[in-house]
Amino acid sequence: MYQTVYHRASSVDEAVALFSKSSEAKFLAGGQTLLPVMKQRLASPTDVIDLGKIKELQGVELSGDVLTIKAGTTYFDIMQNADVKKATPAIAYLTSVLGDPAVRYRGTIGGSIANNDPAADFPAALLALGATVKTNKRSITADDFFQGLFTTALEDGELITAVSFPVPAKAGYEKMRHPASRFALTGVFVAQTKSGEVRVAATGASQSGVMRVPAIETALKANWSPSAIDSVSISASNLLADIHGTAEYRANLIKVMAQRAVAAAR
Amino acid sequence: MGVEGIGASVVRKEDKRFITGKGRYVDDIKLQGMTHAHFIRSPHAHAKVKGIDSSAALKMPGVVAVLTGQEIVDDKVGNLICGWAITSKDGSPMKMGAWPAMAPETVRFVGQAVAVVIAETKNLARDAAEAVVVNYEELPAVADVHAAIKSGAPQLHPEAPGNQVYDWVIGDEGATDAAFAKAANVVKLDVTNNRLAPNAMEPRAAIADYDSAEEHFTLYTTSQNPHVARLVLSAFYNIAPEHKLRVIAPDVGGGFGSKIFIYPEEMVALWASKKVGRPVKWTGDRTEAFLTDAHGRDHVTHAEMAFDANNKITGLKVKTYANFGAYMSLFSSSVPTYLYATLLSGQYNIPAIHAEVVGVYTNTTPVDAYRGAGRPEASYLIERLMETAARQLKVDPAALRRTNFITTFPHQTPVIMAYDTGDFNASLDAAMKAIDYAGFAGRKAKAKADGKLRGIGVSCYIEACGIAPSKAVGSLGAGVGLWESAEVRVNPVGTIEVLTGSHSHGQGHETTFCQLVAERLGVPISQVSIVHGDTDKVQFGMGTYGSRSAAVGLTAILKAMEKMESKAKKIAAHALEASEGDIVIENGEFKVAGTDKAIAFPMVALAAYTAHNLPDGMEPGLKESAFYDPTNFTFPAGTYICELEVDAGTGKTSFVNFVAADDFGRLINPMIVEGQVHGGLAQGIGQALLEHAIYDASGQPVTASFMDYAMPRADDLPSFNLSHTTTLCPGNPLGIKGCGEAGAIGASAAVINAITDAIGKNNLEMPATPDRVWRTIHAA
Ligand SMILES: Cc1cc2nc3c(=O)[nH]c(=O)nc-3n(C[C@H](O)[C@H](O)[C@H](O)COP(=O)(O)OP(=O)(O)OC[C@H]3O[C@@H](n4cnc5c(N)ncnc54)[C@H](O)[C@@H]3O)c2cc1C
Repeated sequence: MYQTVYHRASSVDEAVALFSKSSEAKFLAGGQTLLPVMKQRLASPTDVIDLGKIKELQGVELSGDVLTIKAGTTYFDIMQNADVKKATPAIAYLTSVLGDPAVRYRGTIGGSIANNDPAADFPAALLALGATVKTNKRSITADDFFQGLFTTALEDGELITAVSFPVPAKAGYEKMRHPASRFALTGVFVAQTKSGEVRVAATGASQSGVMRVPAIETALKANWSPSAIDSVSISASNLLADIHGTAEYRANLIKVMAQRAVAAAR
Repeated sequence: MGVEGIGASVVRKEDKRFITGKGRYVDDIKLQGMTHAHFIRSPHAHAKVKGIDSSAALKMPGVVAVLTGQEIVDDKVGNLICGWAITSKDGSPMKMGAWPAMAPETVRFVGQAVAVVIAETKNLARDAAEAVVVNYEELPAVADVHAAIKSGAPQLHPEAPGNQVYDWVIGDEGATDAAFAKAANVVKLDVTNNRLAPNAMEPRAAIADYDSAEEHFTLYTTSQNPHVARLVLSAFYNIAPEHKLRVIAPDVGGGFGSKIFIYPEEMVALWASKKVGRPVKWTGDRTEAFLTDAHGRDHVTHAEMAFDANNKITGLKVKTYANFGAYMSLFSSSVPTYLYATLLSGQYNIPAIHAEVVGVYTNTTPVDAYRGAGRPEASYLIERLMETAARQLKVDPAALRRTNFITTFPHQTPVIMAYDTGDFNASLDAAMKAIDYAGFAGRKAKAKADGKLRGIGVSCYIEACGIAPSKAVGSLGAGVGLWESAEVRVNPVGTIEVLTGSHSHGQGHETTFCQLVAERLGVPISQVSIVHGDTDKVQFGMGTYGSRSAAVGLTAILKAMEKMESKAKKIAAHALEASEGDIVIENGEFKVAGTDKAIAFPMVALAAYTAHNLPDGMEPGLKESAFYDPTNFTFPAGTYICELEVDAGTGKTSFVNFVAADDFGRLINPMIVEGQVHGGLAQGIGQALLEHAIYDASGQPVTASFMDYAMPRADDLPSFNLSHTTTLCPGNPLGIKGCGEAGAIGASAAVINAITDAIGKNNLEMPATPDRVWRTIHAA
């Protein structure tokens, strides 16, 4: 009843072809989300297509002002990567506070954004940095890619191959960790692009998933400093509320994390 | 003390097998022809079971049987019992709602089993369970104590009108009222002691094996007390007579109380194994652990403390509502009564105490003893009250405690306990010195200048362990005696096996118990092995809980050792042609004092077994046993002080320092004691900051996985600064008090006292999550 066929693909083309031949396939990256869900019997794919051995999905490239992280790169490898640390240290920092060591060794950037958990860290980085998601078919801007809780622009069988981040002038990330899961109770990524644009994204806060925070963007555009955010008011309506944080608390965290991210931005 | 004797930090013998993966836990055991059980559990907090259709499941591959609650009732397997009878203030016995091992008619908490699938593999059982159709008729449910006692609340058991288990009182109400009437000051406090899920690393498991030719059962189970399990299964659940039931608790990966109790799954496995004629194995998963392992704590309390004009406590009034969940678990009734209210005097001279405890049924997982069991609730309440009083009376919290400390012993409290010894000033002094209490004001001011809220919190705990004198607990309603047994078997070549009724599931008995033998005989601990956890090997014993294994279990071993040594001395004296009174034991030899005449211990053992040349009339062999019943509880006590900072922007707490000064009496192995304190502190801090088993109003558990239930991790905890101020326990010859629960008992009040000091607001419930602390800081 819950049997599944395991495939190990060796190229993107093979993975996509295997997917289209199966009735209800799932790509498997780090397995940190998919496998627990299968163990709980909340997902029962007929076929699991492991992306772990596909060379073209591994690695980081820095070329001019664009940092490209291939979809299958693990958080740990991103955290250790010299180009990431040089181009956008905030991304390296983000991976260092993501989950726990086991999750960081296995989990991947592709799996994270494909899953688009409303409390995941990477979606905030993509949105704030104005990244582009590359798939086997097309390029999708972060603004278009994330479409609400666990929902993305990906079509059935579409495979993320990489994410391209414009190298910012400055960026910072701060996160209040969920005490149990270590996801973001609220995390805020702030970025100033080389053309002077300011983009701010919050994760873990909104009922509709990762979101831009225009009020803070405006304040920071006028004055890139933590104190500029003091007078910003964030509404608690439409924010998440659960046993670990009320909506008012998350509204507060958006401001406080944004201030600390600005202070830490490099 | 020898290198491996009492007081030596000997490396744990058992760790080699645990660390190299050679431990043998219940789930590691595979029997020939073994089947696997998967329980079908209620998704509803309260419902009628209208019907169970297993026809489709029975046709599925590998399915051996589907058994239901009605069948187990029809087969006259007994209902689960509660082994401590509590009498209400009106003289009536506690009200017990019937708890069958699987529910035939009504389910009363999410996770209660209604049926079980037995199949060839675990996964096939699980697959088939999805095909069993259970028809429920949902009933209104209630999860909260206050809601449960309101009129019109959903009723759980016809036996318990108003959902009340008991309304029990202790102490002198008249004297207490009189003290309050004369009081110069009264301090009031409402506190909730949050419900916790124990979460031993190893989930519960059972394998039952019925031998039809011998009509004999073997049960492998995750138990802290295999003999008690056998007794209860035989005497109350009609599984089999005791001599036809062998209970083995092999390596057990943590208990914290949750593995004291006999659970429905073991009963069902035994019964099912006979029904299907094959061994039946069940290993719980983490979700089942959250849903069915007995939870801990869950009190709601109002308390008032009266002071005279000199800040001396004159009286204490307490009213506690204890949430028992849907059924009364094995020792649950004793936890908020005799293990809680009897400790309400704390470390203080309180002339008059009156406490009332109302036990309440709710549609939640049953609640029972969890590390500390009642004593953490008492200590937390008293230490929060003392802190509140110091703030209200505007005196230093440490000074207020000192003003009220009991300083002469023995001390009879107004709530049964008679403290035998202690030095509360010594542990307070040690802790204050370790944390530089005097320098705190300066540190707080400096932190404030840096924009940080810094606080300090004191907690002076006392607990009663080494449970317990059998006569005393019997008079209070306990269904069992709480002595311990031991047998010392010297083999013909002089190696020693010690059989103990205590059970080790993390405590390190295989090392510490050997250390006593090493101390007495001067033999290396490698010559000694500890045998426990098997009713076929070990004489009846009471098991491990309530920090009793050293104070009671090890004393029983000492008594058996003394008998063995006495016989060995006679044999040695005979061989050495000396008088028995002149024989001394040194470094593994029996010597004639003051001479160089000696005989090695193995030769004494050999002489006992060859029996060629024993004193006239002496029986051959060298094996002695003892049963030891303590004369009093033991009273470990100490002071914990916590210094921390609160981030006003997020409400998050960070530790600056945490010091513990404990008085555990004599320490057998200081390293193991330190480990016990670390673990206890982690659990106490976990309760204060992170852990909370939450139900919504309809009785659905909200925290049934580690994604929602916050277990403390290493980086949530500070480095602990531990020390000891020792007064030897006069109640047992080794002077031991016990150390297993102290950390969990004393830590939470220190943390909450420190946070409330930092934020300058006194009312803050546990767990003090960042959200809650932030809201408290910013509340009007
Ligand atoms: C204990 C724990 C703590 C965690 N803490 C955090 C945290 O703090 N922050 C955080 O952000 N996350 C956290 N996570 C989630 C973690 O980051 C997961 O790794 C991530 O959500 C999924 O990545 P994965 O590589 O493991 O993907 P998988 O689990 O393998 O896959 C997830 C989904 O993405 C799809 N997928 C994977 N790769 C691709 C691709 N290249 N193209 C298209 N679809 C793809 C899969 O088919 C599947 O549907 C935590 C997880 C756990 C178990």
